[in-house]
Amino acid sequence: MTQEAQAPVVELKGVDKRYGYGPLILDKVNFAANQGDFVTLIGPSGCGKSTILKLISGLNPISSGTIVVDGRSPDSAGGKLAFVFQEPTLLPWLDVSRNIQMPLRLHGGDPSARALAAKRALGLVGLSDRADYYPRQLSGGQKMRVSIARALTLSPRILLLDEPFGALDEMTRDHLNEELLGIRQQLAWTAFFVTHSVAEAVFLSNRIIVMAANPGRIHDEIRVDLPYPRTEETRQSSSYQRLVAEVSRILRSVERLKP
Amino acid sequence: MVLAWYAIDYGMSSEQRFLLPTPLEVARAFVTEGPTLLGAALNTGVGALIGFGAAVALSFTLALILSLSPLVRASFYPYLMILQMTPIIVMAPILILWVGPGLRSVVIITFLICFFPMVVNTTQGLISTDRNLVDFFRMCHASRVQQIFLLRVPAALPYFFTGLRIAGTLAPIGAIVGDFYAGNSAGGQGGLGFLAIIYSSRFQMGALFATAAVSCLLGFIFVAGVVALSWLALHKWHDSFSQQDT
Repeated sequence: MTQEAQAPVVELKGVDKRYGYGPLILDKVNFAANQGDFVTLIGPSGCGKSTILKLISGLNPISSGTIVVDGRSPDSAGGKLAFVFQEPTLLPWLDVSRNIQMPLRLHGGDPSARALAAKRALGLVGLSDRADYYPRQLSGGQKMRVSIARALTLSPRILLLDEPFGALDEMTRDHLNEELLGIRQQLAWTAFFVTHSVAEAVFLSNRIIVMAANPGRIHDEIRVDLPYPRTEETRQSSSYQRLVAEVSRILRSVERLKP
Repeated sequence: MVLAWYAIDYGMSSEQRFLLPTPLEVARAFVTEGPTLLGAALNTGVGALIGFGAAVALSFTLALILSLSPLVRASFYPYLMILQMTPIIVMAPILILWVGPGLRSVVIITFLICFFPMVVNTTQGLISTDRNLVDFFRMCHASRVQQIFLLRVPAALPYFFTGLRIAGTLAPIGAIVGDFYAGNSAGGQGGLGFLAIIYSSRFQMGALFATAAVSCLLGFIFVAGVVALSWLALHKWHDSFSQQDT
């Protein structure tokens, strides 16, 4: 039952972040995520949850402390990390297939291997018939799925998602949540997810980290022990609803905290 | 329209009538001066095309350099502004004295008139790339070269074509104006501007109007060419070409 102790795949120790000489955005953040975790960061605006993703990805540097990603610093993590932005960020002048191939192309992959990888990724998100479409011909939800497919082509070990479904309607969002977990069954990456939606956080994750603002810090962590795979039925279950209520309660108490 | 033209003409007194030739006179001029007009149009057209082409190539190169850093831009912009603000009409005679009359100065004047709008538009396009797309390329660990040629340049195409459209309308004007000062028909070097001067000095109104019509056609061909290029590059993906709801 007990597995041999694994090194955490992502570890933050005493991480501070400020932009230039500005105020402290993050204050002594500590946590560790293990392989296969689905960690959601949730909290009031300005608590630094998106910033944490940017730090893990290496897009922004930390001000002090350490971050270790898969045994290395974030900028040398290479293709192990993939980021799904809030906006689909597709290149409008390329069709869907070429958009998905772009990370591989930038890494210097062979063209036929690239096209095959793109086809597979497109199949995973259920858009195989849209390979020749241009981004402007797709709906918001479809663009987001292409963005996710693109993130998966480098077979990342760690997937970072910054409120990817925030701009979508609730039904599309629920559907994409289920799709995301379905892909995770097949590809087993570790995920860091940022959202404002408690329901989404509880549905997707096995660990929810609630943050407080001013300065950004970890306030509480909730374990979600609902079994995977999770489906529409999971949303109906009483344990799910109890967890949603509990996380909402903690979130409200955080918002009332004085800085 | 033709009837209105005739009506205006007959409404004038005989002294005034010479100012506005009848359509018949213009048509006759086309026939008699045809070969001359064609030769001149070709001369002007070639000069405009070379000047325009050079402006496109050099402005793109300069825009790439300018897009690299704000410091570089700050250093170069004052010189570009001086270039832009000096009227071509004043620069033309100076250039002709330096370079000599004929095709060379026509090309240079066309180049100068097209260069600035293209540099400004293309540079703006290259530095205006969506921040999210730049971050995405950083996440993929793209090299600087990849970022420029796979991201910034395609993203800048709409801006580039805006500059191209402006330059495309200016190029024939530049060439014809260059011609006023520079063209000489010794050895068939003259262009449409030069013909305009000759015809007006001889009061050959029909021929003068025919020259104007041919100049108009030349301008139209340039603009049509640029619009076609713009369509080829952008119609599949850019919002300026809206999709039909079929």
